[in-house]
Amino acid sequence: MEAEAAKLVGAGLAAIGAGMAAIGVGNVFGSFLESALRNPGAADSQQGRLFIGFAAAELLGLLAFVVAMILIFVA
Amino acid sequence: MAAEQGKVDPMHQFQIEPLFGSGLDFAGYNIAFTNSALWMAVTTILLWVFVAGGMKRELVPGRWQMAVETFTGFIDDMLEANIGKEGHKYLPYIFSLFMFILFGNLLGLLPIGLLGLHPFTFTSHFTVTGVLAVLSFSIVLIVGFWKHGIKFFTLFVPHGTPLPMIPIIFPIELISFLVRPFSLALRLFVAMMAGHVLLKVLSSFVMDGINAGVGFGLLVSLPSFALMIGISALEILVAGIQAYVFALLTSLYINDAEHLH
Repeated sequence: MEAEAAKLVGAGLAAIGAGMAAIGVGNVFGSFLESALRNPGAADSQQGRLFIGFAAAELLGLLAFVVAMILIFVA
Repeated sequence: MAAEQGKVDPMHQFQIEPLFGSGLDFAGYNIAFTNSALWMAVTTILLWVFVAGGMKRELVPGRWQMAVETFTGFIDDMLEANIGKEGHKYLPYIFSLFMFILFGNLLGLLPIGLLGLHPFTFTSHFTVTGVLAVLSFSIVLIVGFWKHGIKFFTLFVPHGTPLPMIPIIFPIELISFLVRPFSLALRLFVAMMAGHVLLKVLSSFVMDGINAGVGFGLLVSLPSFALMIGISALEILVAGIQAYVFALLTSLYINDAEHLH
């Protein structure tokens, strides 16, 4: 395989990481909503933790995007 | 933004162009006034006008003062919840950080391309977010070593770690601590860049569809345009969330420095 083609294939494969992060972010908000509906009184106090979890899950997806960008533009 | 042959280059919007003073050099670096600097200046002035308009300290606040106090109260509550009562002294920094990032994100989304101007999102550059993250990180280091001295290193050994585990836990915790400024900067920069690239890619779909004829225009351009509107709304949400996450994580890291776990 040519090096240029391999780079583009690799960048495409990195998109899997973005999809996985989508599952993760959905999981964070889904679980929060599920438990917030069970106990709405405690929901507001956990909003900070919700966004920490969101940020952590999202970062890994963004890293996949960075990998794709590096493969296309830098490597 | 549409270049030759109807092609849209999604990365063109991130190009930094010197506006004037391109001959200025300082210590071997070019310090021209760029479009990035211009938008940072615009953000700062708008932010200053926004806050100055609300600093009347009236007993019964008007709408403007109410808007400003909502933001300061929001940040203050966040600091109170995450750091405790010691958090109040960080309010000026966290508030400036949050509002600067928020205004920068939102100004970059303004549709002033219609008027022939080029909006520029300076938060979509790693240099800018990197400096902001290093600023936050150095505050954490300074506060940590100022308050706790050499005991600050106990941050890397959580309470109740068994003695044989310490040589393994310490490097792991140290690396996870040192990676923080990178993750902080990377998150904001990539989130803003990805959204803007996506919008430009969709806009190229719209243009190519229209150029290819009526059938393609209806089949491709119309759904793409609808999606663009939706993504633009999502980007406004992301602009707010990313500014909030940056401020939230900074306050969490400062909490680590204040209280050492």
